[in-house]
Amino acid sequence: MPTLHVNGTPRTHDAEPDTPLLWVLREQLGLTGTKYGCGIAQCGACTVHIDGEAVRSCTRPVSTVEPGAKVVTIEGLSKDGSHPLQKAWAELDVPQCGFCQCGMIMTAAALLKNRPRPTDQDIDQAMTNVCRCGTYNRVRAAIKLAAQPGR
Amino acid sequence: MQSPTLDRRGFLGAAGAGSFVFAFHIPFEAQAQAAPGNLPPEVNAWVVVRPDDTVVIRIARSEMGQGTLTGLAQLVAEELECDWARVTTEYPTPGQNLARNRVWGSFSTGGSRGIRESHDYVRKGGAAARLMLVQAAAQGWGVPTADCRTQAGVISHPASGRRTTYGQVAAAAARLAPPDAATITLKDPKAWHLAGKPLKRLDTRDKLTGAQVYGMDLSLPGMLNAAIRQCPVFGGKLKSFDAAAIAARPGVKKVLAVGDQAVAVVADTWWRAKTALDALPVVWDEGEHARASSEAFAQVMRAALDAEQAAAGHVAGDAKAALAGAARTLEAVYSVPHQNHATMETMNATARWTPERCEVWTPTQNGEAALAAAAEAAGLPPAKCEVYKLHLGGGFGRRGAVHDWVTQAVQIARQLPGTPVKLIWSREEDMTHGRYHPATMCRLRAGLDDQGRLQALHMRLAGQSIMAGIFPQNVRNGLDPVAFQGLNAGGAEGALGYKVPHLLIDHAIRNPHVPPGFWRGVNLNQNAIYLECFIDEIAHAARQDPLALRRTLLAGSPRHLAVLEAVAAKAGWGRPAPDVNGQKVHRGLAQIMGFGSYVAACAEVSVSAAGDLTIHRIVAATDCGHAVNPQQIEAQVEGSFAYGLSAALYGACTVKNGRIEQENFNTYPVMMMDKMPKVETLVMPSGGFWGGVGEPTIAVAAPAVLNAIFAATGIRIRELPLSRHSLKRA
Repeated sequence: MPTLHVNGTPRTHDAEPDTPLLWVLREQLGLTGTKYGCGIAQCGACTVHIDGEAVRSCTRPVSTVEPGAKVVTIEGLSKDGSHPLQKAWAELDVPQCGFCQCGMIMTAAALLKNRPRPTDQDIDQAMTNVCRCGTYNRVRAAIKLAAQPGR
Repeated sequence: MQSPTLDRRGFLGAAGAGSFVFAFHIPFEAQAQAAPGNLPPEVNAWVVVRPDDTVVIRIARSEMGQGTLTGLAQLVAEELECDWARVTTEYPTPGQNLARNRVWGSFSTGGSRGIRESHDYVRKGGAAARLMLVQAAAQGWGVPTADCRTQAGVISHPASGRRTTYGQVAAAAARLAPPDAATITLKDPKAWHLAGKPLKRLDTRDKLTGAQVYGMDLSLPGMLNAAIRQCPVFGGKLKSFDAAAIAARPGVKKVLAVGDQAVAVVADTWWRAKTALDALPVVWDEGEHARASSEAFAQVMRAALDAEQAAAGHVAGDAKAALAGAARTLEAVYSVPHQNHATMETMNATARWTPERCEVWTPTQNGEAALAAAAEAAGLPPAKCEVYKLHLGGGFGRRGAVHDWVTQAVQIARQLPGTPVKLIWSREEDMTHGRYHPATMCRLRAGLDDQGRLQALHMRLAGQSIMAGIFPQNVRNGLDPVAFQGLNAGGAEGALGYKVPHLLIDHAIRNPHVPPGFWRGVNLNQNAIYLECFIDEIAHAARQDPLALRRTLLAGSPRHLAVLEAVAAKAGWGRPAPDVNGQKVHRGLAQIMGFGSYVAACAEVSVSAAGDLTIHRIVAATDCGHAVNPQQIEAQVEGSFAYGLSAALYGACTVKNGRIEQENFNTYPVMMMDKMPKVETLVMPSGGFWGGVGEPTIAVAAPAVLNAIFAATGIRIRELPLSRHSLKRA
């Protein structure tokens, strides 16, 4: 059985090789924090990390995830919701319906890794996730809050 | 919220042993009834207090991001005087509401009505529970209830220094007769300390960790998954499909017809169901609308602009005669296309059917309507059905009045008795089988006197009626009662603020085959575009300042005017806006009243010579009477601009060969972070009434921006979306 290294644990699954990583995570591994929104890498609700890079898992065939690659989903971002972004999100009461927010946070986490003090332009370029409730301004504020020194 | 339970008794468990339920007669004089199962004795219930002082507040309306869960809990907790830090919430089920004579009132969550329609009885729920808790404590101490005080879940008797907690007296309180709701005096909102405050939402934590279970995330033991394909042409039928062609694909369990318009594949996983369905040969009878197009419907609407027959919604004086005799007339035709709700979570429901019982788990804005749809599809009486509401990944009106996906889920589950089946629509199904914001058109004619004063206005609305499509019984003599939102002579749903001596606003209903729906903001959206852009046109034609003209016309409508004045002042109307990156910044105004609230916006935009639009800032004001949670109102107002501007800038669902052309976000783009303007929200509760906040400000988004674009470019956009036009200047 194929194995994926997800959130620090090797996990086996029986999905066909062309199955998108998203559906392996959701349906085979029970990690439903990663959402299906569009299926064509347009909305970002399915964003996970592969070796630290933000990836839209809905168009990524599971067979193309290297055996040694480390996949991190929202469930593995922190043990207890204590990632600086999760704390900033809570502090600013960012989510509305919340469906897109895990993808937002995963995208933002990869951004902060590459750019610990992102400019507005950095945020605009990285955060191409769709939120229909319109939380964008609070998302931006939360990323900036999380990026503050000492957090 | 409680996590969704897999056990239908889970809800009962949440309020089960050790919990006590307070009850009284609201809102429909429900009779005392024994609840099913092993519940504590209760009549009806909004508040549960556990021995550990945890307070569970029951919320009938659905949380879909708009914050109603927190706002309604604040109202109950305010009167209950409980400890906010120990408040949790849960949904009663629609089946329980039905079984208990609708003790929780309406479950419908739409029209920005969650708070404005239920504030009275939910507050009385909290107040009654407090009275009973105090009475129980006072009886235990042998002191008059009037001598006791409550604060944050603690009851005290200052004269003797005795204290107890709600949790400690809850059992005794539950045995008391509930007070007569008519005798309950609610707090003056000026004395509120929980309601009216910018408290944080109660439902955030799980949304940040992936733990929040949405409908799409539900998993039940033995559950199968279904993918569906509906006839691409609305009204068409399923003719045939070749199940054998995909029978050998991995995981496929069953290929089945769903009603007479759709086919589904049931498999062990959704991805296997979806990919098998993609490979399934299907033959459709596309029916009579197979050649329908948006262009053809636009011609129908255009013809309706001149139709003799139209239903008058607002009449003053004699507009036609006044127009004929006007010193100067002005005319314009505006139009808006169909829009999809495009909730982030596509339609989905899980159903389990047996000949004896049908259960459905689904994100819905109206649990009772979902229950009715389930019962009908199940062929069972509603009493043998139940709906468990799950968190919604967006609603915006799509998950309220029509429950087509619930019907389908039950139709599928009926063909696999005893097996729970989760139906998920692909994004493509969701985009092409929505319940669309109606396509409409409007011709406006204004008559000015020789001083340039507005003397006559005729607005001819033409096009699709939501009511005709969903509740046709509400359309009488060609009059759709919600078509005139914001343009009515009076009433909470949207009174026109402008006083025009000769006024005629009429509506010629023309319905395409595209099914309509209530889309966040409903008819207020296009009515505000038509009205507020045309008022701007009149101002420019009469060489008047758009604010000055509105001041004149709104002289008799102080609440309309107050929000407008507030945004103008805050934005700095009348003074040039500072340049941004060397670009001149221009402003536009809009105001409207709807969903019980008064709203206005001032937009600041710049347009480069090449035609690139930047929306820099929106100043928005809302007077919703009472503001239950100001920071959530700000969130709603901000979000409403993302939603309204997505439609104004890019949104159009167009019809070709009878089907919707846009299938995903690549062809139905929506606003993203880089285009989102700064939004400054003025929450201006003037008291004395209760207005909604989820929807009204959407309506001013587009006209404020379009008027600012005119100020910047001299280009008047009358046909939406904006993406169809160039703003490039010669």
